[in-house]
Amino acid sequence: MKISRRLFLGGTAVALTAPWVNRGFAADDITIASIYDLSGGLEIYGQPIDACLDLAVSELNEAGGLLGRQIKVQKYDPQSNIQLYTQFATEAATSLQAATVFGGITSASREAIRPILSRYQTLYFYSPLYEGGVCDRNTFLTGSTPSQTIGQLMPFAVKNFGKKVYVLAADYNYGQISTKWVRDYTAQAGGEVIAAEFFPLDVTDFSAAIQKIQREKPDVIYTLLVGGNHMSFFRQWAAAGMAGQIPIVSTSFGGGNEHIVLTPAESDGVMAAFGYFQEIKSPANEAFVKRYHEKFGDKAPYVTEHASATYNAVHHWANGVKKANSLDRMAVIEAIESGSTVNGPGGPSTIDPKTHHCATDVHIGRAKDHSFEILESFANQPPADTAAVCDLVANPNDNQQYVIQ
Amino acid sequence: MTFSTFSRAGSIHIALAAIAMLAAIIILPSFAPLYTLINVTLYMSMGVFALSLALLWGYGGILCFGQSAFFGLGAYAYAIAAINFGDTTLAAAFAIVIPALFAAGLGYFLFYGRLSDVYLGVITLTVTLILFKLINSTGGDAWRIGEARLGGFNGIPNTPLLTVPFSGVPLSPAQMFMLAAIMLFVTYALCKVLIVTRFGRAVIAVRENEMRAELLGYNAKRLKLAVFVISAGIAGLAGLLFANSVFVSPTMFSLSMAAQVLIWVVVGGLGTLFGPVAACFALQIATAALGKLGIVDPNIVLGTVLVVFVVFVPGGIQPALAALHAWIATPTRQSRTLEKVAR
Amino acid sequence: MDYFLVVLLQIVGAVGNLALISVGLAVIFGMMRVINLAHGEFIMLGGFAAIFSVQAGINIWLAMLVIAPLSIAVLGVVIERLVMRRLYGRMVDTMLASWGLSLLLIGLATTFFGNRVVGIAAPVGSFRIGDYSLGAYDFVLAGIVLVVFAGGYAVLRFTRAGLIARATMQNREMASSLGIEPSRVYAITFAIGSALSGLAGGLLAPISGVLPTMGVAYIAKAFITVITGGASVITGTALSSTLLGSINTVSTFVTTPVLGDVALLLAATIFLRLLPTGITGRIFKGAP
Repeated sequence: MKISRRLFLGGTAVALTAPWVNRGFAADDITIASIYDLSGGLEIYGQPIDACLDLAVSELNEAGGLLGRQIKVQKYDPQSNIQLYTQFATEAATSLQAATVFGGITSASREAIRPILSRYQTLYFYSPLYEGGVCDRNTFLTGSTPSQTIGQLMPFAVKNFGKKVYVLAADYNYGQISTKWVRDYTAQAGGEVIAAEFFPLDVTDFSAAIQKIQREKPDVIYTLLVGGNHMSFFRQWAAAGMAGQIPIVSTSFGGGNEHIVLTPAESDGVMAAFGYFQEIKSPANEAFVKRYHEKFGDKAPYVTEHASATYNAVHHWANGVKKANSLDRMAVIEAIESGSTVNGPGGPSTIDPKTHHCATDVHIGRAKDHSFEILESFANQPPADTAAVCDLVANPNDNQQYVIQ
Repeated sequence: MTFSTFSRAGSIHIALAAIAMLAAIIILPSFAPLYTLINVTLYMSMGVFALSLALLWGYGGILCFGQSAFFGLGAYAYAIAAINFGDTTLAAAFAIVIPALFAAGLGYFLFYGRLSDVYLGVITLTVTLILFKLINSTGGDAWRIGEARLGGFNGIPNTPLLTVPFSGVPLSPAQMFMLAAIMLFVTYALCKVLIVTRFGRAVIAVRENEMRAELLGYNAKRLKLAVFVISAGIAGLAGLLFANSVFVSPTMFSLSMAAQVLIWVVVGGLGTLFGPVAACFALQIATAALGKLGIVDPNIVLGTVLVVFVVFVPGGIQPALAALHAWIATPTRQSRTLEKVAR
Repeated sequence: MDYFLVVLLQIVGAVGNLALISVGLAVIFGMMRVINLAHGEFIMLGGFAAIFSVQAGINIWLAMLVIAPLSIAVLGVVIERLVMRRLYGRMVDTMLASWGLSLLLIGLATTFFGNRVVGIAAPVGSFRIGDYSLGAYDFVLAGIVLVVFAGGYAVLRFTRAGLIARATMQNREMASSLGIEPSRVYAITFAIGSALSGLAGGLLAPISGVLPTMGVAYIAKAFITVITGGASVITGTALSSTLLGSINTVSTFVTTPVLGDVALLLAATIFLRLLPTGITGRIFKGAP
C-alpha cells in the first residue's frame, strides 16, 4: 500500500488547491446559485421563494447588473431530499464557483449545506423564518426568528383573549424551540401554557387533540403546525363545529399557503404574525406586488414571508457587492456587516452585524376569505433571541447553531 | 454450472472489480473536479447499501422492506459514538457492530417465529418506520446519549468526520473517496466469495427450497439469521460512509430510503451483485441531473423510467446485458433465430 | 364520563378511517397478490376528482360517492391494461412498477393541479356530548365504510361473481380450466380496488385535504393494516383496522401522537409474530 499512500497525499493536494480560485472572473456574467425545493413535499414553500429570487435578480439586471455585469442564476432543485442538498451545495461551491448561494428551506437542509459552503468559502444566504440561533460569519439570515414574531404575538393574544394557552406544534426542532419561546413570552405577558402537544409531520388525524383541547378549555390556541398534512387540523376543527369558538394564533399559519388551500369557513379568523404579508398597505409593497404579478401573472403563488425575505436577501447581497466593489467573499461580508438596509416589501430590513440576522418590521394579520387583513404592525424588531448568544463582532470564528435556553 | 467454473468466473469478476477500484483511486482524485469526487463517494456509499440488500434478498431470498433500519442505525451508532469518544476509529466499528447486533435480535424474533415472504417484509418495514418516528421525535433537549444530542428531524449535523486512525486528522475528500472505493470493493468481493463458500451455497439452497434444505440437515433458521446479520453489518457500513458524505438524519430510516434500495436491486437484477450497484449509480446520477435541468418535475421522469423499465427489461440490467451479450456473441442470424425459437 | 364516551366515539371514527384507507389496497393485494404502491396516489387523485367536481357545481355527495370512485376505476383500468397486465405473478415487479406510477402520478398532479387547490368543507355539521363538540362527518364516514364492507362480504360470499373471484384468487389454473378468464377477473378486481381507493380519497377530501404528496402519509399504514389482516380481504381488513385503529387512538389519547403511531406499528409487529400469516391466516380462516 506504499504507492497508494503517496497517491493519497498527491490526490489530496490537488483536490485541496484546485477549486475556488479565480471565482467568478472567468465569465462575463456573475453566477449565483439557488437551491430550493421545487418539487416534492416542500414545493409549496419553494415556488414563491423561487419567484421572488427571480424578481430581485431581474430587477438588478434591468438596473445594469452588478459591477457592470449581468447576474445569472443556476437553479438546483433538491426535490425535498436532503442528500441532494449536500450534492448541489458542493457543486455550486466547487465546480460552479458561484459568487453566493441562496438556499435551504427546512432547518435540516440549512444545516446540511451551511458547513459545506463554509468549508469551501462560499457566501451563503438563508431566508426562511426559522427557530433562531445560527451564528456563522459566512451566513446571512434574512428571515424572522421567534423573538421577533412570537415576542409581539403573545402579548397581543394574552391581552385580547386570555391567559390560558394551548400549543399545537410540529414535532421537530422548529416546533420544539418555538414552543419554548411561546412559553417564555406567555409567562412574560402574564399568561400560562397549559399544554403543548407535538405532531410528527405526517400526522393527518387531529381528532384526539381536538377533544383534549375541549377538555382543557384554553382561552387561546397557539399553532406551530407545518406542512400539508397538518392543515387537516383546521379542517377537523371546523368539522367538529369548533371554528371561531376559541381564538387561534400562529407563527406558521400562512407560510405554507394554509389560508389559500383551506376554505374560508375553516381558516377565517386565524391570526398570524410574520415579517411580511402580501396584503400590507404601503406604497413599497403595493409597487412590489404589482411588479410581481406583472412578471409572473395573476396566478402566481402567494408571496410568503419566506419569499419576501429571499427578495431582501438578494438585495442585501447586491448592497454588499456594490459597497465592496468586488465579489470577493470577505470583502462582501465586511461590506454587508458595515451596514446594509433593504427597503423591502415588508418594511426596512437591516442587517445586524453581530448576529448576521435582520431587524425587521413585524405584522399581525387575520385570515379572511383567502387573504389576511393586517391588524397591527411593529417597526424594526431586533433578532433578540440570537443576539443573546451570538456576537460575531467579538468572536468572528464562531460557527454553530446555538440552542437558546 | 459446476463449482469450479462458477468460482473461476467469480474470481474474474473480483479481479475486474479490483482493477476498476484501483483505476478509480489512482486516476480520479488527480483529475476529477472535487465535486465529482464527493458525489462519487456518496454514490459508492449507496452502492455498499445496495450490495447489502442484493446479498440478503438476491441470495438469501429474504425480502427485507426495512433495510434502511440498519443503514440508519449504523450512521447513528457512528455519530453518537464518535461524539462521545472523540475518536472515530472505534466509532466506525460501532457502525457495523450495532446494526449487526440489532439484526441478530430482530432476526431471531423473525426467523424462529417462522415468518416468511411478504409478512417478514412488513415487519422489517414497521421496524424502520418505528425508528423513523422515534428518532424524528427526539427534537427536544432531553434527548441525548452522553454528549450527543439526537436532534430529531434535523439529525446530527455536526457528525465528526472519519480521521486517519490515532492521529485526529480528518480524512480529506480524496482520502474519503479512496476509503469508499476500497470499502465498495471489499464488500463486493466479500459477497462474491461468500456465495461460493459452503455457507453461501447452503444459504442459496434454503432460498431455493427451504424444506428440502432442512431435510438435508441444514439449519435453515440459523443460516437465514446469519446472512441477515451479515447484511445488516454491510448496511451499517454503508450508513457510516453515508454519514461521512452527507450527514446523519432520520430520513435515513424513511420509507423512501427503504424503497430506494429495493428499486436498485430490482432494476439491477435480483440475484446479481454488480447490477444493483450499477442501478444505484445510474438512478442517483439521473436524479441529480434532473434537479439541475428544472424543465419537468423530476418525479414524472423517474416514474416513467421505472414503469417502462419493469415492463420492457424484466429481470433487471445485469441479466439483460448478459442476454444482449449472448445475442451479439451468437455468430449468425440464422442461429439467433434458432435460439429464439428454441427458447 | 362524557370524555370516556367521546374517546369511544373517536375510536369508532379512527377504525372507520383506517378501514377506508386500507380497503382498496386489500382488494388488490388480497385477490391478486399485487402490492400497489401507487395506492396513496389513487387516494390523492380520488380527492382531486371530488374537489374538482364540487367546484364544477356537482353535488358533494355525488362527487364523493360516485365521481371519485368512477374516475379512479377508469384510471385503474387504463393502468391495468398498460402496465399491470404484463406483470401478474411477479409480485416484486408489480411493486416496482407501481412505485414508478406513484412517482409519476405525484409529478403529474404537482404539475397540473399544484399545491394551491382549495379544499371542500365537510357536508354535515357537528353534534354535542356534554361539553364536547364532535364532527358528525367522521361517523357518516364510518357508516359508509360499514356499508362497503358488508356489501363486499355479501358479494364475495353469496354471489356467483364473488365465487368466481375467490376461485381465481385461490387457483388461477384451475379456474381457467373451468372456463373462467383470469385476465378478465383480474382487470375487474383491479378496477374495483382502484374505485375503493378513489372512494377513500373522495371521502377524506373534506377532513384531510388534498395535496399531490398526501399519498405518502397513507401507504405504509394501509399496507401494514392489510398484511396484518391476512388472507381474507374483507374480514381480515375489518379485524385488523378495528384492532390497530383502537390501539392507535387509545394510545394517542393517553400519550402523544408519536407514541400512538409507534404503538400501532408495534402491535402489528407482535401480531404478525404471533400469527405469521395475518389474523385471518389462522383465525376466521376461509372467510372472504
